[in-house]
Amino acid sequence: MVFDVPVLRFGEPYESMETLPVVDPRTGETLALVGQANSGLVRRDLLKVREARAALEALSCSELIAMCAKAGESFMTGTLGGMSAEQYVTTLSRTSGLPHVMARRNMAKINTVLSGMDGILRGLTRGLDLSVLDEGVGEQAGVPVSYAATGTALGVVLPSNSPGVNSIWLPAVALKTPVMIKPGREEPWTPLRLIHALINAGVPKQAFGFYPTDHDGADSLLTRCGRGILFGDDKTTRRYADNPAVEKHGTGRSKVILGDDTAEHWRDHLDVLVSSVLDNGGRSCINASCIITPRHGDAIAQALAERLDAVNPSDPADDDARLSAFANPAFAEYIDAAIRGGLESPGATLMTRAERYIQQDGRHYLLPTVVRCDDLDHPLGNTEFMCPYASVVEMPVSEAIERIGPSLAVTFIGGDESLQRRFIDHPDIDRLNLGSLPTSRVEWDQPHEGNLFEFLYRRRAIQRTATPV
Amino acid sequence: MSAATTATADRLDDLVKQADAARDEHLRAMVAWHFTPKTGTPFWLDWAKEHGVDAVKAVQTFDDLKQLPRFEDEWLRHQPHARWIPNAYAGRPFKVFETGGTTGMPKQRISWEDHLTDYSQFSERLDQFFPGKFPRGAAWMMLGPTGPRRLRLAIEHLANERGGSCYFVDLDPRFVKRAIAEGQPRIAQQYMQHVIDQAATIIRHRDVGCLFATPRLLEALGERMSLPDAGISGVFCGGTSMTPQVIRFLCEEVLENKAALAATYGNTLMGLAIAEPVTAENGYRLTYHAPEPRAILRVVDKTDEETPVDYGQWGRVELTTLTKEFFMPRFLERDEAVRCKPFPGLPWDGVGDVRPLGWETKKTVEGVY
Repeated sequence: MVFDVPVLRFGEPYESMETLPVVDPRTGETLALVGQANSGLVRRDLLKVREARAALEALSCSELIAMCAKAGESFMTGTLGGMSAEQYVTTLSRTSGLPHVMARRNMAKINTVLSGMDGILRGLTRGLDLSVLDEGVGEQAGVPVSYAATGTALGVVLPSNSPGVNSIWLPAVALKTPVMIKPGREEPWTPLRLIHALINAGVPKQAFGFYPTDHDGADSLLTRCGRGILFGDDKTTRRYADNPAVEKHGTGRSKVILGDDTAEHWRDHLDVLVSSVLDNGGRSCINASCIITPRHGDAIAQALAERLDAVNPSDPADDDARLSAFANPAFAEYIDAAIRGGLESPGATLMTRAERYIQQDGRHYLLPTVVRCDDLDHPLGNTEFMCPYASVVEMPVSEAIERIGPSLAVTFIGGDESLQRRFIDHPDIDRLNLGSLPTSRVEWDQPHEGNLFEFLYRRRAIQRTATPV
Repeated sequence: MSAATTATADRLDDLVKQADAARDEHLRAMVAWHFTPKTGTPFWLDWAKEHGVDAVKAVQTFDDLKQLPRFEDEWLRHQPHARWIPNAYAGRPFKVFETGGTTGMPKQRISWEDHLTDYSQFSERLDQFFPGKFPRGAAWMMLGPTGPRRLRLAIEHLANERGGSCYFVDLDPRFVKRAIAEGQPRIAQQYMQHVIDQAATIIRHRDVGCLFATPRLLEALGERMSLPDAGISGVFCGGTSMTPQVIRFLCEEVLENKAALAATYGNTLMGLAIAEPVTAENGYRLTYHAPEPRAILRVVDKTDEETPVDYGQWGRVELTTLTKEFFMPRFLERDEAVRCKPFPGLPWDGVGDVRPLGWETKKTVEGVY
């Protein structure tokens, strides 16, 4: 069955004359024809986002929160846009390479956000009474407060690698912000399913744009809504480096760092290391790509490699599947070549299997890879790949604090409170785990990569006379 | 097949034969002009002498053009202008026109009146294909690259020819290209806004009925105002390739199914090819026909460039220009297109769905992430 995926213009389907196929890379079968929005059409629509916002503003935050919860239920179990939940899982698995179990885990993660939206907004707003957003003004802790939207809508440019990233834009809906989405080239399924679920739950359809489009259209989404969120590699995000209205989700370079005390007992934390590298098939930016320890680097690398060498591709429907296949084989080839190239620079030893890029049942996989690097500056030392990959580097913790650079998630396992404090003060860490927690562990009341509420709203000073004028 | 359609087909066949004959006759006249010392062009006279080819005798039909080298546009960068002046025009001042948006030493074509002739002919096509949509006497606006391009003078001539005058708003594509190459997309956008601001101001204060714009500028102007409400009834659009989806969007939304869209394909080297009017029925597909016999477009095999492709097949666009001012045999454009059948109003082959060469590959590479 081929799904016709239309462009959605303020929730209304629009049949484009130009479509691109989404195929199962294993069989070459076309699973969807995705209508493409020309960039001029995107720009023309964005002239009207104010009306879309008005439709959302007519509802209260608490109404929208209830709708999100309802949407979560149908997202998990319903038939949406002609696709059942089971079809969604299998189709997503076929086109993205994610095993079913991971597709379901991502679904559950998304549902956590939808069903727990009130708690998430409490976390994002630090407990603001949301009627302040309904009324525009109100009080918090006895102080008058007022918030103004920083943009009319939120433009979102999504990747194809992991459906879980959709949880990042969802709170915008409850925060009365229309969402104009460009889906990833190979992953139209999740944002579309979410849009259908939210509309069915009562959110005005005008609040949603679904625009599969080219680079020019993506740029318009990011820069003409007022606020934009971009997922992409370093090259893509660099273009918006100086634009504070575009939030960049690039490479994570997440890390686990052992303290002087815990390095001696590293075996106790091996499970955390394995999870940090391997969870979600090692595809997320919060997967650790580097492990830093003051001592025992060789032994840690060896033990981690042994654990990861036991991980093999399995049938996508297998509940124990731990590896994702590649939707685009060219990407697997490219990453394999990059790692091989890096290993040619002196100072790196491959600890895992020599054969990394394999094909099984017509699917393309990269096997987990551990590289022992003698320095963080080695080409493979502080690098992230879209597969389970980690370098192991020996370095004193205080030096690591100076040198890690931008790191999305950092787990520091060490009892030294003064070092903990230095991590807390570190400007380049978005998500800090203190203690033996995988980097991939996410609590949604703890926003990382920027706070969406603060991105979409700005507090303004307000003063009113006691009696109405 | 009904008797009526058979009669129409026979008539089209006749028209095609007549056009073929006219083309070969024109070709012989132009070869004689450029390869005879009294009137000829130094570049071609020298070439014939050097290679011992009697072009006038050798070239009788279009196929015989194989006896001559394919034109290389690089020649237009560095050969002195004098090499391209037909002896018949010696001493007559000429104009220098440059091509498109490339930076570095531009390709330059010299010209006397070709641009006027081309656009006078084009003016007749506007009436033929879009009756009433480009009214005589209406004022025009040109929104696009002026500067050293022939378009600037050509559009003004077109407006004058039709009894109107023309307002100009310049867009320098070389600056846009440079800003983007230097990683300054915001500057490029600000510049575009600056261009659109000027156009919007003139349209609000003057009675403009017809417009020339590139597709991108047309879209941007349409974001500022309703063009039909502003009094614009016909838009002449060209400069970059347009997919059927873009054409449909321009017709349905930007022009609100009210103003006409006359799409053209052309450049400084050719003149301009007009498209059959686009409609929902023909799938908003553009098929361009060159202004034969002055210019001839063919679609040739990408790997075997000597062989034209069959109708309906993709290939590379080949352009031949045959005027007294300029002789350009079988130049390979950097575009690809589908070879299309003759059309009753333009009874010779057309080129459809024109797009930059290698478009398919580029699209795939962009989709990697």
